[in-house]
Amino acid sequence: MQVKEYKPLIVAFCCNWCSYAGADLAGNNRLNYPADVKIIRVPCSCRVNPMFILRAFQRGADGVILCGCHPGDCHYTSGNYYTRRRMALLFSMLDYLGIERERTRVEWVSAAEGAKFAATMNDFAEKVAALGENKRLEDLRCKK
Amino acid sequence: MQKISRDILVEKAISMLENGDVCSVLGWRKGEFDYDITPAVFTDKDDIKNNFVWNDFCGANFSKYLVQKTRKAEGKILVFLKPCDTYSFNQLLTEHRFDREKVYAIGIPCEGMVDINKIKEITGDGISSIDCGDKITVNTIYGDKFDIDATNVLSERCINCKSKKHVAYDELIGDEGEVLESNRFDEVTKLEQMTPDERFAFWQNELSKCIRCNACRDICPACTCEKCVFDNPKSGVENKAAANSFEEKMFHIIRAFHVAGRCTDCGECSRVCPQHIPLHLLNRKFIKDIDGFYGEYQAGDEVGSRAPLVNYTTEDIEAADIFEGRDN
Repeated sequence: MQVKEYKPLIVAFCCNWCSYAGADLAGNNRLNYPADVKIIRVPCSCRVNPMFILRAFQRGADGVILCGCHPGDCHYTSGNYYTRRRMALLFSMLDYLGIERERTRVEWVSAAEGAKFAATMNDFAEKVAALGENKRLEDLRCKK
Repeated sequence: MQKISRDILVEKAISMLENGDVCSVLGWRKGEFDYDITPAVFTDKDDIKNNFVWNDFCGANFSKYLVQKTRKAEGKILVFLKPCDTYSFNQLLTEHRFDREKVYAIGIPCEGMVDINKIKEITGDGISSIDCGDKITVNTIYGDKFDIDATNVLSERCINCKSKKHVAYDELIGDEGEVLESNRFDEVTKLEQMTPDERFAFWQNELSKCIRCNACRDICPACTCEKCVFDNPKSGVENKAAANSFEEKMFHIIRAFHVAGRCTDCGECSRVCPQHIPLHLLNRKFIKDIDGFYGEYQAGDEVGSRAPLVNYTTEDIEAADIFEGRDN
């Protein structure tokens, strides 16, 4: 029997104005980051409802990372300040329920930070891979 | 034992109905058993005289009822509010959920409400009648009689009462109380100090009891959306008994998150839960975090204050830093 090599599935929510462009720059510069990172483009990091994060876990993600503009640089002036509060509370709650805190992260990546984007994704993928499969927030009905 | 007697409230309600100051009264009525006192709308003075109840089992928070009742009412509604209810009252006003002009609020002092489950632990099942005097007298169908001190069977939220002060009223019966120092976050702290595995086991055990009756959502004075996210069949959480452990976690995290910053910690969710899940521990976690991260905030303290999640400062704590100084 062949054992399938475990690769974590990572969902990255990237804001259209900074982080998505940052990912683009990482690509243009031929910087490597794991192919298991699936990017979802959102108009602003503030668009990400806490439910999106849980839904990503439900559908099989092992880690969820949210990237937005640096505080103060939001295209919509203040969107990422709300994100920051929301995610701090959500992550604290997930930790409270016993879900590994390394599975979630918020990172501020600007459009000029292609290298930071790649480095962040590499680091995050490594940490999530070390944790292994997401067992605590999985929905068996969504398993393939 | 409540300090204010039922007769004072009945007299007040009847006189206001007779004068035409109010067109209906929101009060408590006896349910099927002596201990399940249910909220009721009274419009008839004889009805009030015979059926109005005020005792140690009147836990229901009336604030949420005002949202629907004021919409239909032609005149004013008289409502009796305990101190913790007034916080919800203010919070709903802040959110423009009902018309203040249509409400006449009477603040009544509360000595804490008892938890029927704690009584049942002492007496066992088969309670035939309960009499609330100086002591709670319980008779069972097996002929046993128990005299229980109300202070020994107070519900959890009343043991950790955060305030005896009314923050909103038109008229106050009895004395003005004070905001209390409570230990309501002790249990949250205890959970935080556990290891993640222990916490996971704890919540898995508690939340798996959930039968998705939605009572916690329906009673919550902060949950007043007419269309709830969980009514959407595509929400990922179906409106039926949870099919697996993800659903119950999703439901309870999101339910608590939707009221984060607006939850006044009235404790109604835990009171109505038929499975006795300590739901207030989820809400209190959010309150504790908000207090810790963004400064102390009590929802409903004053009308018009901005809830922490619709507000920000440029110096807020980063999500990456929230676990600093904690090793578990």
